[in-house]
Amino acid sequence: MSKTRVMPSPGSGPDNEAFLAGAREGRLLLRHCDDCGKTHWYPRAVCPHCLSSNTQWKPASGRGTVYSHSTMQRVEPPYTLAYVTLDEGPTLLTNLVDAGPEGWRIGMPVQVRFVPTDDGTPMPVFAPGT
Amino acid sequence: MSSRQAKACIVGAFEHPTRKAPDKTVAQLHAECAAGALADAGLSKSDIDGYFCSGDAPGMGPTSMIDYLNLTVRHTESTDLGGTSYISLVGHARDAIAAGRCHVALITLAGRPRSEGSSGTAPRTRAGTPEAPWEGPYGITTVNGYGMVANRHMHEFGTTSQQLAWIKVAASHHAQHNPHAMLREVVTVRDVLDSPVISDPLHRLDCCVVSDGGGALIVARPEIARGLKRPVVKVIGAGETVRSARAGDVDLTTTGAAVSGAAAFAEAGVKPADIQYASVYDSFTITVLLQLEDLGFCQKGEGGRFVADGNLISGVGRLPFNTDGGGLCNNHPANRGGITKVIEAVRQLRGEAHPAVQVKGCALALAQGTGGNLATRHGSSTLILERE
Repeated sequence: MSKTRVMPSPGSGPDNEAFLAGAREGRLLLRHCDDCGKTHWYPRAVCPHCLSSNTQWKPASGRGTVYSHSTMQRVEPPYTLAYVTLDEGPTLLTNLVDAGPEGWRIGMPVQVRFVPTDDGTPMPVFAPGT
Repeated sequence: MSSRQAKACIVGAFEHPTRKAPDKTVAQLHAECAAGALADAGLSKSDIDGYFCSGDAPGMGPTSMIDYLNLTVRHTESTDLGGTSYISLVGHARDAIAAGRCHVALITLAGRPRSEGSSGTAPRTRAGTPEAPWEGPYGITTVNGYGMVANRHMHEFGTTSQQLAWIKVAASHHAQHNPHAMLREVVTVRDVLDSPVISDPLHRLDCCVVSDGGGALIVARPEIARGLKRPVVKVIGAGETVRSARAGDVDLTTTGAAVSGAAAFAEAGVKPADIQYASVYDSFTITVLLQLEDLGFCQKGEGGRFVADGNLISGVGRLPFNTDGGGLCNNHPANRGGITKVIEAVRQLRGEAHPAVQVKGCALALAQGTGGNLATRHGSSTLILERE
């Protein structure tokens, strides 16, 4: 794929300001609950497992594996939607980059990368890893 | 079976014949559907004392539509579970009638996505939803979400594109007899596989149509139903749920039908093997396959083998499904096909389906829907209907 789809900005608000600050430094953050000990996705101030407000950001390794994928082929440029299961447990919705539609396999190792959206705000995508 | 008690019956069912309505408003289509269902039931507007609608209704939902239709009601409700909402609303209307809150409930749906240029390849994340900042940038649409579902099912269970294609083939065999169907041409497995891939592994012919139109249902007390000189269609089981994205514990091969179906079967006291006809939501071929597994028509992972070789074709296979041609070939009004699922089940139970697809002696039918996106969060509703 020569051209790459430019993602629309997520916008920013109380739920994602700290996440985006981490992204600007190349760090992937996950939301963790200090009361029940569980990590979740997408990040919320109130834990979706136990409804505790005692949640905080924790850095993730940025490594994971492809849970599933589908490449939209009837748009220009094509792009690959995917779920990636992070080594820390949660599965997140994302895009896969740096391989064509034939290049992706469920279970493949991938590594996070941050790419700018249309207003420059970075968001995590994943590329083939080791 | 016919002695089973029911708290309410479906007495009116109407599917708008239009599939493209650029010169009509959504409210007008709702009203035309209401008039059609009343005529079908043999009731008049003044008999309605309950009104139910969903997110397709313009303006303030029930407030706007009750005003447009100039109804006088004692009970109203709006529930948005996406395309399956209307299957849920039949159960809600049944419960309202059982509680004495109304006697005759009207449910309407209408929309014009075809005239308004809606496409399954357009991103569908809604601004303002809590998930929007986390999902919107990635371009999740309807078709690539269901593509991920299909790829995962193929990975876990060895399901093939050929097997998925059989679902479309069966729908097309039924649609050839429906003069209102958008796609009446009978297709083959080869035709499906030769159609362009939209978002892998889903081809164009794995996808439902985009149509304008609508439908309406009338649910009433059993005493009223028995006075209408029509076959009586009893609501004997209803179930619903919303299956979430589970806070990151994603499992794309199970739908909410596992919950809504179990509840409906338990209430009705019947088993999947007892069902003579099934309407199953068919936004995509994979949608049907997952729901059939979760309802218990076959084991999880066996759906591909179950749907193959014409097993869903009326008169040929073990489980006749979507004998109107379904969303895959006939109609998917407002991008919300739930109401058409109930309507065709009512036709089957009354013996009013097209003779070429009518299930002989059809006395027990199921209508199943999902709404939203199976790849993220979705509603699921199951109804079990019985002819008295």
